[in-house]
Amino acid sequence: MAQQTTTQFGYRRHPDQERPTNNAAHHPVVIVGAGPVGLSLAIDLAQRGERVVLVDDADRIGEGSRAICFSKRSLEFWDRLGVGRRMVEKGVVWSVGKIFHGDQQLYQFNLLPEDGHKMPAFINLQQFYAEAYLVDRVQELPAIDLRWRNKVAALERHNDHVALTIETPDGPYQLSASYVIACDGARSSLRGMVGADFQGQVFEDQFLIADVKMTAEFPTERWFWFDPPFHAGRSALLHRQPDDVWRIDLQLSPDADAVFERRPENVRPRIARMLGHDQFDFEWISIYKFQCRRMARFVHDRVIFAGDSAHQVSPFGARGANSGLEDAENLGWKLARVLCGQSPEALLESYHIERSLAADENIRESTRSTDFMAPVTKQEARLRQAVLMLAKDTDFGKRMINGGRLSTPSTYETPLSTPDADTWSGGPRPGASMPDAPLRTRAGAGTFLTDAFIAAGKTFTLLQFANGRAADVPDAVQAIQIGADTDLIDASGAAETRYDAQPGTTYLLRPDGYVAARFRHLSRAAVEAALARASAVS
Amino acid sequence: MPLSTASNFSKPDDAFRLIVEAHRGLSDEQSASLDAALVLILANHIGDIEVLRDAVTQGKRRLAENSSSHTKAT
Repeated sequence: MAQQTTTQFGYRRHPDQERPTNNAAHHPVVIVGAGPVGLSLAIDLAQRGERVVLVDDADRIGEGSRAICFSKRSLEFWDRLGVGRRMVEKGVVWSVGKIFHGDQQLYQFNLLPEDGHKMPAFINLQQFYAEAYLVDRVQELPAIDLRWRNKVAALERHNDHVALTIETPDGPYQLSASYVIACDGARSSLRGMVGADFQGQVFEDQFLIADVKMTAEFPTERWFWFDPPFHAGRSALLHRQPDDVWRIDLQLSPDADAVFERRPENVRPRIARMLGHDQFDFEWISIYKFQCRRMARFVHDRVIFAGDSAHQVSPFGARGANSGLEDAENLGWKLARVLCGQSPEALLESYHIERSLAADENIRESTRSTDFMAPVTKQEARLRQAVLMLAKDTDFGKRMINGGRLSTPSTYETPLSTPDADTWSGGPRPGASMPDAPLRTRAGAGTFLTDAFIAAGKTFTLLQFANGRAADVPDAVQAIQIGADTDLIDASGAAETRYDAQPGTTYLLRPDGYVAARFRHLSRAAVEAALARASAVS
Repeated sequence: MPLSTASNFSKPDDAFRLIVEAHRGLSDEQSASLDAALVLILANHIGDIEVLRDAVTQGKRRLAENSSSHTKAT
C-alpha cells in the first residue's frame, strides 16, 4: 500500500513542566486535540488576540484521508483564518452530483447553481492536507503554543479554573486553564472525565472505504449508485480527491466479516468490477460502522466540547468535519469576548443552544440518508424501491431519492437574534449565515462581500446598502457600505437580490458571519439594542 | 386545509373497485409494492405535510382498533 502523507512533529519539553505540582502554570484556554476543529479554533482565537495552548496526544497528523468533503461555509471560515486559498488551490472543486440506479442515471444536482461566490460549494481534500495547512498557519502565530505528545490524563473542575494532568514522554505535569475546549474526537476521553454520556442510534450496516490511486476519465462529480451492477443490492459512492486519488465507499451487509473484507486481495476484485479495470493502487482501506449521537450538553461549566467529541453523524452528507468547523466558528468569537470581559459567561450558553440544535439537524438528516440507503423493514425497502422507480420519469421521485443530503449551514433559532420588525421578502433572516456576493471596488477591481467582511475586522459588522446619508454607527462595530457612491459597488445587483436590499437596508452581522438583526432603516438605538442582545450584554 | 373524511367521490364504489382491481392477480409481495408506489404518488399530489401527517395518524388509529377488536373476537 502506498505511503501516506504524514507529517511528523517533535515533542519538546516546555518550561511549564518544570513547575512544582502545587504551582501549575495557568493559561486562559487549553484546547485538547489538534485535528481540524482544534487547529481552526486555535487560529481563530489567536487572530482575536487570545493566547492558546493546544495539546495533542500524537506527534503527527493522522493517517488516511478520512474526511474529504469541505463545504463552502467551512472554506469561508478557513478564508478568515488565512488558509482558504491554499485549501481551494489543492482541493478538487466540485458542485455536481449524480445518482444512479443499476446502470441508469436517475438524477443530477448542482449544489452551487449561481455565480458570484468566492468559495465553491465543496472541495474534496484529504483531511491530512487540511491539517497540515492548518498546522503551517498555527506556526505563524506566536499566540498558539502547540504541544505534541501531551495527553490529558486527568481533569478536575473547579469554580474558577480547570486543573489538568498532562502526560508526556518526560512524565506528567499539571496545567491550569480558565477554559478547556475538548476537540478530542469521537472517542473523546474528556467526555468521560466530566461524566457525560453519549447516547444515540447505532447502525448495523458496515461500509468499506477504499482510497485508490489511478488516472481515470471520470468527471469531477459525486457519483452515487443504488444497486449498481458491480455491487448488487447495495449502494456505492465514487468521489475524486487531489493527487489522482478516488474515494470509493461500498455498503456491506451487516454480517460481513470486517477482517476478511478489508484485506486488499478481497477489496481489489470488487473495485475492479466497479471501475472496469484493475489499474489502481490502494492508498487506504477502512471498514466502519457508525452511530448518530450527541452529548446532552456541549458546555460543562468550563469544559466545552466541539466537533466529533460532542456529536457524531453518518458520513453521508459531509456533516462530520464541516459541523465541527461550524462549532469552532461559533465558539471562537464568543470565548474571546468572554475571556477579555466584553461579554458575560452567559454568551457561552448560546454556543450550546445554537450548535446542539445544529447537531440535531445533522443527525436527523444523516439518519434519513442512512435509512434510505439501508432500509430497516421489508415495507421500507418497498417504499425505497418505489421512489427509485418513480424517479425514472417523475420530478417528485427524483427529489425524494436520498443519497446523502449535503451539509448546509443551519439557521439558528437563538436568543442572540433580534426578530424581524420590518417586512422582508428574501435575504438571510436573523440566525442565518451571510450569503456571499460579487462586488467591485471604486478602482474597478473585482472583490467579494466575504472579502469586505474579513477586511472589516473581527467584531460585529454593519452591512449597509447606502441611501446617501452618513451612517451613525456605534463605536464597537465596523461598517461595510455598498452603493454607487461608496467604495464597494454592487455592479451585478447580486448583493441587492441576495439581501432583499433597498436603499437604507442594514444587516448587523455577528463576528462569525451570521445575521444578528436587520433593519430597513438604520436607527442607532435599534442597532445598539441588537448588539447588546447578540453579545449577551443586555 | 385539513384532511377531508367527507365522501368526495360521486361514485365511491368506482374508486374502491379501481383500487381492488389494480391488485387482482398480484401476489402479496407485488400488492405491497403497488401500494407503496400509490401512497407516494398520492402523497405528492396532496403536497401538504400536515394533511399527510393527519392521514397517517388516522390510518394508524384504525390499525390499532382493528387489531384490538380482532384480539377480542378470537
